[in-house]
Amino acid sequence: MTEPLLRMTGISKRFPGVMALDDVSFDVLPGEVHGLLGENGAGKSTLLKILSGADQPDSGAISLDGAPVTLRSPPDAHKLGVVTIYQEFNLIPTMTIAENMYLGREPGRAPFISWSAMRDETARQLANLGLRLDPMALVSDLSVAEQQMVEIARALSMRSRLIVMDEPTSALAEHEVEQLLAIVRDLRARGLGIIYVTHRLEEVMRVCDRVTVLRDGKRVGGGDVGDLGLDDIIRMMVGRSRAQLFTPLGERTPGAVVLRLQGLSSVRDPSRPHATILRDIALEVRAGEILGLAGLMGAGRTEVARCLFGADPSAGGEITIDGRRVTIRTPLDAIRNGIGLVPEDRKQQALFLDLAVRHNLAITSLGALTRGGIFISDSAEDELVETYRKALDIRMASPEARIADLSGGNQQKVVLARWLALRPRVLIVDEPTRGIDIAAKAEVHQQLDKMANAGIAIIAISSELPEVLAISDRIVTMREGRVTGSVLRRNANEETLMQMMTIDAATFARPAAAQGASA
Amino acid sequence: MSEAAPPVTRPAPTRGSNTTLVGTLSRYAPAISLIILMIVFSIISPAFLTPLNLFNVMRQISIEGLIAIGMTFVILTAGIDLSVGSLLACAGLVAAMVAKGSTASSFSLSGETVQGYGWFAAMAAAVFVGLGGGALQGLAITKLKVPPFVVTLGGLSAWRGAALMISSSGPISGFDADYRWWGQGRLGQAPIPVIIFISFAILAHVVLRYTRYGRTVYAVGGNREAARLSGVNVQRVLLSVYIIVGFFAGLAGFVLSARLNSSEAVAGIGYELTVIASVVIGGTSLFGGVGTIFGTVIGSVLIGVLINGLVLMNVNSYVQQITIGLIVVLVVAFDQFAKARRLK
Repeated sequence: MTEPLLRMTGISKRFPGVMALDDVSFDVLPGEVHGLLGENGAGKSTLLKILSGADQPDSGAISLDGAPVTLRSPPDAHKLGVVTIYQEFNLIPTMTIAENMYLGREPGRAPFISWSAMRDETARQLANLGLRLDPMALVSDLSVAEQQMVEIARALSMRSRLIVMDEPTSALAEHEVEQLLAIVRDLRARGLGIIYVTHRLEEVMRVCDRVTVLRDGKRVGGGDVGDLGLDDIIRMMVGRSRAQLFTPLGERTPGAVVLRLQGLSSVRDPSRPHATILRDIALEVRAGEILGLAGLMGAGRTEVARCLFGADPSAGGEITIDGRRVTIRTPLDAIRNGIGLVPEDRKQQALFLDLAVRHNLAITSLGALTRGGIFISDSAEDELVETYRKALDIRMASPEARIADLSGGNQQKVVLARWLALRPRVLIVDEPTRGIDIAAKAEVHQQLDKMANAGIAIIAISSELPEVLAISDRIVTMREGRVTGSVLRRNANEETLMQMMTIDAATFARPAAAQGASA
Repeated sequence: MSEAAPPVTRPAPTRGSNTTLVGTLSRYAPAISLIILMIVFSIISPAFLTPLNLFNVMRQISIEGLIAIGMTFVILTAGIDLSVGSLLACAGLVAAMVAKGSTASSFSLSGETVQGYGWFAAMAAAVFVGLGGGALQGLAITKLKVPPFVVTLGGLSAWRGAALMISSSGPISGFDADYRWWGQGRLGQAPIPVIIFISFAILAHVVLRYTRYGRTVYAVGGNREAARLSGVNVQRVLLSVYIIVGFFAGLAGFVLSARLNSSEAVAGIGYELTVIASVVIGGTSLFGGVGTIFGTVIGSVLIGVLINGLVLMNVNSYVQQITIGLIVVLVVAFDQFAKARRLK
């Protein structure tokens, strides 16, 4: 029996209002690739933060090679040989590979740096991994895959024993994935322990020896990959515990197609390096229909919403509304064509925190509220605010109250009201109930239901599958910028959705889920 | 259509951070400081609280106050304009040139042969220079995506250079009485520059408080991304505020040259600091989205009173500069603190 390289025992971590990790235990053997799996919000990130030293557990023990350790900070973790490679790389793009490799531990007699030693050492580390890169090349000139390899080389140069990889392949092309997996196998052969976090279950089957599945902060299962099938893993990931939190909305009978989207795609934009690239997205939403858009982190749901709304540039695609071809380049274009967007991040993207509720609500309706096109009519504005206060039951001290002083649920209702006031044809709601309490979530769902019943075509994005299942008439799933399927709610459950969201449609044989997938 | 039963009404969930000490302080601090300052000075110096002195203070501040009105628009969008003093000098010289039909000063010996175009053309020319200069800078900010700080720092240098070129033969002085009236005249007791300042302050207040445009200025400054996603044409609003501040710099250039009966290339040096200080002391946040014209007027008066008081107390003018510099930094530090509290 090999002594585990890493053993985490009874790890718990509580954040305000949520138990992020609840008594989680698992271990990693030397020469093992250990898959860490779970839905959005299952607790993976928190666990990674604890392993990297960025966060401390409330309780529980960590030991390396049988000796108990405390990981107080990332440098602490590095010293103990635990290195985490994040999705968003930690390299400094304006510096060379060599400088990045030895950042903070430059060779030479302080305060001077020995460039030659740094260059030679870096060359040796790169060669060690079979990488043919110039140590003096700028990181900004490297591909995403190369940057990742450099991070791995850096980890090795620090004599790491345990490498934690967070979604290492999410930004890689197919042949780069092969290269990375080869390196992972190589590291395994050298006796390192690897924790491999991914949404791509077929990769898990290919490279992982064992898996641990988290759900709602708890370890819900795991074992040797050889003994588990994909179906078992998916079943563990979704579970059923949260489903009853949401009361499903009633069935509706959608009308004619309002919005049709064809061939929507986007290209990499240096100003938003982490945005998922969309490829050939096709969608249809009908009047009075709530279309759920489901996918794991990085699937491109938000990117679809933003491209459609003109908030981000698209690189092609056709949008028709009520059968009429429209061009949308800016949010204003979208609004004029009857599209509204409730964005994902309320505070950053929707609210004017320093302004009064009334100003927040009226911002989209200023044109309708003016006399002679210039002066805003206070009475018309009062009336608008009062109408939607009643309709959506917005609770506030007064319309003059600062929006920052309202609860999250009431803030979200104000944002909804802002769009309702325009009587939109299409409303996109991105994470409409994020960060608001359960009762308010139910109220927002009721409002969406009312809007759909009034004939608005709604696209609802949520990272919580139970929520998607509770409110949607139909669900479209995405993975890595592509649509992977479309299914009516009555034919869907969390497992079928998870399959559609995690498995490449081309390699996934079950026809029920693969229908409507793009090539 | 049957609707779901209305949910049980809960008390409005407000945390009332408006009523905290910090919130109250940040709202009334400028006015309170002004009153305290006036009491202190009137005790120290009997000359302070006389109508003559107070009108003097008001006339002193009216030039920079005018620019501060425009600067309020800019700072409300979280922008800055450092070029106002140079643009003012440039506009003042162009006004003088137009008024006199040449760059020659009537105090010089060569004059009398050239016909000028009168005060109206001069004022229009100054305003046009301001609008044009502001528009150029606004376009560089919105189209070329150069940060406002950099664009207007460039403008600070470039407009000053242009002014020096125009006045290569020295200051242009000696205007007719109609021209001078705009700087030196009075309506009753009130100096004309003060009347212009107050009138534009009222107009700007109405624009910011009661118009659709004013709302979009606050929205763009409060949360640019949210404004864009709400359909506000953010670039157009940003362009407009630099044009507005340019307008005020141009107008102020005209009024200043009328008051001094002279336009010179070194006019308005250092105005940017006084102007930004007035706006910030008046409670407008450098982070954008918060502030009022009323505050800016108070801020302008406060700085005027402070300088006047220090002069009456015979304080060295270098100390005045040090004082203003310190006050700006302290006020912004307080703004940082207040913002952190607000958004918590």
